Amino acid sequence: MSSMIPAPLAQLPWRLLMLVAALGGFGTIILFSAASGSFQPWAASHAIRFSIFLVMALIMSRMQEDFWKAVAYPGFIATLLLLIGVEVVGGISGGSQRWLDLGIIRLQPSELMKLAIILALARFYDQLPSGEIRRWSALWPAGVAIALPAALVMLQPDLGTALMITAGGLTIMFLAGLPLRLFLGGAGALAVIAPLSYFFLLHDYQRKRVTTFLDPESDPLGAGYHITQSKIAIGSGGIFGKGYLNGTQSHLDYLPEGHTDFVFATMAEEWGLLGGLFIIGCFVLIARWGMNVSARAKTRFGRLTAAGLTMTIFFYVTINLLMVMGLAPVVGIPLPMVSHGGTAMLTVMLCFGILMSIERSNRHRTSL
Amino acid sequence: MKRTSPTVTEANQKLTFSRRALLLSGAQVGIGALLAARMGWISVVENERYSLLAESNRINLTLIPPRRGWIVDRIGRPLALNRTAFRVDIIPDRLQDEDRVLSELQRLMRIEADDMERIRAEIKKAPGFQPVQVADNLDWETFAAVSIRQAELPGVAPAQSFARYYPEGAGVGHLLGYVGAASAKAYEESKDPLLITPGFKVGKEGLEKTIDKPLRGRPGAKRTEVTARGKLVRELATKTDSPGDTVKLTIDAGLQAFAARRLGNESGSVVVIDCQDGGILAMVSMPSFDPNSFSDGIGRLEWQMLRDDDHLPLLNKTVKGLYPPGSTVKPMAAVALLAHGVDPDETVYCGGGYKLGNRFFRCLGHHGSINMRHAIMKSCNTYFYSMGRRIGYDLIAPVARELGLGAEFDLPLASQSYGTVPDGAWKQRKFKKEWSQSDTLNSTIGQGYVLTSPLQLAVMAARIASGRKLEPSLIASQKKPAPKLPYPPEHLAIVREGMDLVVNGAGTAVRSRLPLDNVKMGGKTGTAQVRAIKGGQRGQSGAWKYRDHGLFVCFAPVENPRFACAVVIEHGLGGARAAAPVAKDVFTYLYEPEKAMETLRALEAGWGGDVLTRTTKQRNAYMAANDPKIRAQMEAAMAAAADAAANAQADANGSSANNASTNTAGGRE
Repeated sequence: MSSMIPAPLAQLPWRLLMLVAALGGFGTIILFSAASGSFQPWAASHAIRFSIFLVMALIMSRMQEDFWKAVAYPGFIATLLLLIGVEVVGGISGGSQRWLDLGIIRLQPSELMKLAIILALARFYDQLPSGEIRRWSALWPAGVAIALPAALVMLQPDLGTALMITAGGLTIMFLAGLPLRLFLGGAGALAVIAPLSYFFLLHDYQRKRVTTFLDPESDPLGAGYHITQSKIAIGSGGIFGKGYLNGTQSHLDYLPEGHTDFVFATMAEEWGLLGGLFIIGCFVLIARWGMNVSARAKTRFGRLTAAGLTMTIFFYVTINLLMVMGLAPVVGIPLPMVSHGGTAMLTVMLCFGILMSIERSNRHRTSL
Repeated sequence: MKRTSPTVTEANQKLTFSRRALLLSGAQVGIGALLAARMGWISVVENERYSLLAESNRINLTLIPPRRGWIVDRIGRPLALNRTAFRVDIIPDRLQDEDRVLSELQRLMRIEADDMERIRAEIKKAPGFQPVQVADNLDWETFAAVSIRQAELPGVAPAQSFARYYPEGAGVGHLLGYVGAASAKAYEESKDPLLITPGFKVGKEGLEKTIDKPLRGRPGAKRTEVTARGKLVRELATKTDSPGDTVKLTIDAGLQAFAARRLGNESGSVVVIDCQDGGILAMVSMPSFDPNSFSDGIGRLEWQMLRDDDHLPLLNKTVKGLYPPGSTVKPMAAVALLAHGVDPDETVYCGGGYKLGNRFFRCLGHHGSINMRHAIMKSCNTYFYSMGRRIGYDLIAPVARELGLGAEFDLPLASQSYGTVPDGAWKQRKFKKEWSQSDTLNSTIGQGYVLTSPLQLAVMAARIASGRKLEPSLIASQKKPAPKLPYPPEHLAIVREGMDLVVNGAGTAVRSRLPLDNVKMGGKTGTAQVRAIKGGQRGQSGAWKYRDHGLFVCFAPVENPRFACAVVIEHGLGGARAAAPVAKDVFTYLYEPEKAMETLRALEAGWGGDVLTRTTKQRNAYMAANDPKIRAQMEAAMAAAADAAANAQADANGSSANNASTNTAGGRE
């Protein structure tokens, strides 16, 4: 690092920050277009929120890794209580309320749970003596820790989030070194359970999303409409797009949720394949950075947490992009840092904060 | 505790982690590549397809109905054309305060309640940019009333369109038919959006229906950009319509109109054929309906009136009316006789009839010794009974068919009745009975089983006159080559001489000689019984529907025939009396129109005005008798008229003048 730059600045993970800023900035530009060339109602709030959360993440990066270790269990339990809380409040108010209103954002405990499950399980396997890893005692507490929140979130009902919590938890279990046969067996069991849960567990509207995903043209004006219009937006953009502010699918309201879950389609219509490759590339690079942080982590907790958080971010992106391109059912997962909406951005920024904190700890320990 | 695997140490746990983390990293890159590939597939390979879909999302096409092609007569005079019409549409998207606007419209345009129901339903159903028709063919006052209030009626769009107009009115009703909105069934079948575009009309009857395709044209289109909710963003380029083709008929507009008027109050048909090429110059069936009123949508009562009329104004009698041809087929029979060796100069003695076994077949007179030419001239039944029986009807029937009887012609008509030319085989098939000698006698003089349409009779006359097997045509460009008839010209000349004598000798139609210096007409009268003769009652008196039909076939000029014609007057008592005079005037019109018009004007004065005046009067009378609302109106009008007359009287007597405006009490005596 050049000595021209003060040490605290030079020590910042600039590669990550550039990538994140590029995505957040691009998101603002896209949302400006989604509102037909206006900062209101989305682009301005997106930029402001992004800046606030980025500062928050940088502050978090100053924390010691041990701090996260310390808050892992209390945080998980608190989040779990919040989840139960919304469920009770929702039950009382008669609706399916999923959030707590915190003023600037509406906090969804289920979003925080994506994070809390990673930290809690990383902490659990960090504590677990290495010899215990193949025992029953390595399995059941993690299983309960995943199943409880996932079940609560399914009750809301929010299939996408429940899947992400489960996937995040399983990632930690996988990386912690649980026997491979468990995962292979689990995959086998899933192949059996999936069709059953389709018939007995899913709500009607979720079931419809799955059938529509398998055959979007079966219901082009109903549930298949989202996927069909999204594919039209992406497909009609071509390689270079129709030009900024020239998208018709988004501006003429053919594309539903063009500023939230389907923001990628809004982008692709105007920026084409190149814009899409840019976003995908940014996320792949972010994931590589995160996995690098994990690989270089000195503690087992750091390793597991970094990899788990990276995977959580990657799950967001993967599920969202598979959905908008018609490869996954519509599950309501936004594209982090690009979609309008604070919750996903908050979760991802918290991830970045913790990742940067671990990265900083790595460097400090080596340099000491 | 049973331990099946070696103790896991921290070191190999870290190794496991590294391996598995690497696997996840690889999976991330793999998924990234998969996403990129998927996006590339959609946006590059399937780009064209999705671009089209995006465009079809964005752009909405509103069709502009094409102007319908004209139908013109042989020299280009319009028989059917388009007149500017006024209409009012609603564009649901721009409608504000729907209830107020609609009730205001209802008041301005005096829309019926059930029409309002339809409009409301269509507004609800239609996508917002698609105009919904409120009313078509408005009069100028109503249109103007809506137009000047357009600013206060958001969403209401007064527009000009085109309505079909038939200058000849009833005279071309059966020939041309009329147009109307396409049926729901037609749309179900073709799914052509043009069919449900407001203002678009298709042919419903007659030539309008049969030659609909070339007349239709191609619609224009207004391209508009619309949002997903159907809200109009802006209008893009408009493509103008290309009007339908003009179709030229063989019809002579003047002659068609003249013949229609000349038929007067009779129920009858006139068909005139050009002997040079078979082109139909006039094809009139009366009484008729006014296609203009059909194009506006006909009222229930008016329809009922047409349907109940015993003169059958809804039937095109020229091709759908079947009549026993009576004596008009005698020239044809003569051709058959000559073809089978009968000497035209051989005579038959007519003593007032012909005895077959113990039955006596009457002739209309006692003609004494009579040869072929004179038998045609006098319409002697005895001659044709005798000669027909000699060669047999099975030899006459083929000649009848050769000359066009019993035939269906290749014409753009929805349907034709082809009638009957009977023979032994036909009777066996139809009645399972042997052909009898009396069948031969009856058929030879055009009675019995023989049934023909006026068009067939005209074709028969044209073929005898020209010596060619003319095929009738209606479309000017579709003239067909006409081969010579398989009969020696001198045979036909003998028959034509007989027909010359009918009019210009001492025949049955001498009173219908053409009032022209150098054109003579040859013809043959026919009187066809409607029912069997009973007790000497010959169908010359009694109820109209039991009276004999009057028929006449003819051609002119006699030396070198140029035109042929058939006239059938239903229940006209006789061919010479009812049909031949019409033919005379029609031919006169062809050579000296002014002279014929003079005759016609005199006749019309006697009938009580021209066709329109008479049909209007008839319609009003019918309405008055059948519609209580109209009857009340008429009575009120009559009372008011009586009142006004009384007031005028009072004024004349020097009474207070303001009586006229204040006095509302009717019937002051």
